Amino acid sequence: MDNSNPVVNIGIFAVFVAITLVVVFRVNRGPSSAAGFYTGDNAFTGRQNGVALAGDYLSAAAFLGITGAIALNGYDGFLYSIGFLVAWLVALLLVAELLRNTGRFTMADVLSFRMRQRPVRTAAALSTLAVTFFYLLAQMNGAGGLVALLLGVVDEVGQAVTVSVVGVVMIVYVLIGGMKGTTWVQIIKAVLLIATAFVMAVWILGRYGFNLSALLGDVVRLGGENGEAMLAPGKMYGATDVTRADFLSLGITLVLGTAGLPHVLMRFYTVPDAKEARRSVVWAIGLIGGFLLMTMVLGYGAAALVGSERILGAPGKANSAIPLLAAELGGPALLGLVAAVAFATILAVVAGLTITAAASFAHDIYLNVIKRNARDAGASQLTVARWAVVVIGLVSIAGGIVTNGQNVAFLVALAFAVAASANLPTLLYSLFWRRFTTTGALWSIYGGLATTMTLIVFSPVVSGSPTSIFPSADFAWFPLSNPGIISIPLSFLLGYLGTVLSAERPDAVKHAEMEVRALTGLGAEHATATKGSA
Amino acid sequence: MDIAEDTTESRPETGRQRPETSWQEIQRSSEFVELRRRQRGFAFPLTAFFLAWYLLYVLLADYAHEFMATKVVGNITLGLVLGLLQFVSTFLISAAYVWFANRRLDPVVDDIRQRVEV
Repeated sequence: MDNSNPVVNIGIFAVFVAITLVVVFRVNRGPSSAAGFYTGDNAFTGRQNGVALAGDYLSAAAFLGITGAIALNGYDGFLYSIGFLVAWLVALLLVAELLRNTGRFTMADVLSFRMRQRPVRTAAALSTLAVTFFYLLAQMNGAGGLVALLLGVVDEVGQAVTVSVVGVVMIVYVLIGGMKGTTWVQIIKAVLLIATAFVMAVWILGRYGFNLSALLGDVVRLGGENGEAMLAPGKMYGATDVTRADFLSLGITLVLGTAGLPHVLMRFYTVPDAKEARRSVVWAIGLIGGFLLMTMVLGYGAAALVGSERILGAPGKANSAIPLLAAELGGPALLGLVAAVAFATILAVVAGLTITAAASFAHDIYLNVIKRNARDAGASQLTVARWAVVVIGLVSIAGGIVTNGQNVAFLVALAFAVAASANLPTLLYSLFWRRFTTTGALWSIYGGLATTMTLIVFSPVVSGSPTSIFPSADFAWFPLSNPGIISIPLSFLLGYLGTVLSAERPDAVKHAEMEVRALTGLGAEHATATKGSA
Repeated sequence: MDIAEDTTESRPETGRQRPETSWQEIQRSSEFVELRRRQRGFAFPLTAFFLAWYLLYVLLADYAHEFMATKVVGNITLGLVLGLLQFVSTFLISAAYVWFANRRLDPVVDDIRQRVEV
């Protein structure tokens, strides 16, 4: 990219890595207990966790992808933002506090609470691993693309090296800092990301005398004959009945997926009680909402000040909207900052995903399923978790390198689809439906997971269209790229049928314990370290 | 605070007020029934409302392009206004829930916990 100075870009990113590493080493010289490693001893405040939730949630896809989509497709790009934000109300009203009160470390803690432990934990852990793996792969793949775009590294070896560096730094964060260190990385990154977006948004609006209508007027003028279409929906999803149905499906998936994302759910265990969990979500909603409003200004700003022709002509296409805009506004220095923030974002998100996957493997599969929660396995759980971090980190580095250059943007939507189909129905039934049983839980988890995966494999994402993974093959019979509109209702139905059709009776005593704990916090895991200690 | 295992057999004795302790006893208590009623009575209708309002918005954006392209002020379209209203409603619902939970749920939770944890 013209105007780009790789040395500046790498330099600013290196400063971020150096600062976060110092923080990670300082906050925690090797957490020695499972609670310390998985939850940072529940010692974060609601506000800190809210900022970290925003850090976990606002991936590079949100920063570069959504703004790029707005810059190119106008209003249709903005539609993502709305589902992305409204989704947090599900977490606030139905999930966060009850989950905090009933679980300790993982999503499976809650799903298996009143069910038969081993089958439900296994299912919940598999679903957790599936969601985190898809999400991780999307992030690491994005890192490869960003290297080309922002650092000017175009040869494959150079990109592979950069992806490996990102992966290794992430492994160090998680191994050394555990959840405490990871949370601080999220917090630092969230502040950096939101502050950068804020400065740029104010800068753009300032150019137009803080008049949004004037900015949109420039968008229309620069857009030529398509200009007016930028201000209303339909440019991207309005083409045919299939694209419209696809958008409806995506909208439903986004709004129901967030509260089923395991790495978001796990963050609620980092605070001492339900009230702080509530505060976390409110902070997250404020920060994420504010950020998404700024991305609207940034996206339209890129359309007005850079223009779609130059964006489409740049190496990363839509993803280059923000870097080009930064260069336009503030030259190489601001571009360097944006590039560094984009890498920091990837780094922080993969760290959050990795600790979630490692916790689920060590706590759910190793400790509770394989070792059947034996007393002597408690200590080895932490070793297993650390090894899981290393393995997951290496797998994601390999995944990022292997898929480099391929378009795997659908993986984020897929992660949301699995979260909304397999996790959320089971979570809501467990928390609110007295009759729900083990059979119902297994049907909704495996049913949601299997339906989502099957529909994706036989969708245009994988074959049958020029943009498919296998463009030359055609075994697609499902027309939509987003399976949520089918898989989510089906999973709710399966959870219901599995429950009413089996002879199994719900465990009334466990149900009483779960319900009382969920609503009152009695018997909940509490802060073991002093509150707010870093 | 392990109230589950060690106290399940302690039933209220005649003539002496002892804290009810087993999970099922708490679950049956009128205070807890009221807490659950309040929590669900607030969260469920509000969830139905915001999901319906979001779905309406998505359907309008999906199938009523002309309507959403209507200019309200200058270059600000109706679609933009409705989209921004989704942000506003999300912020308002969050604030309303916190207000409700602090005033109507937390005190009941405190009462139940105090009664149990004596």
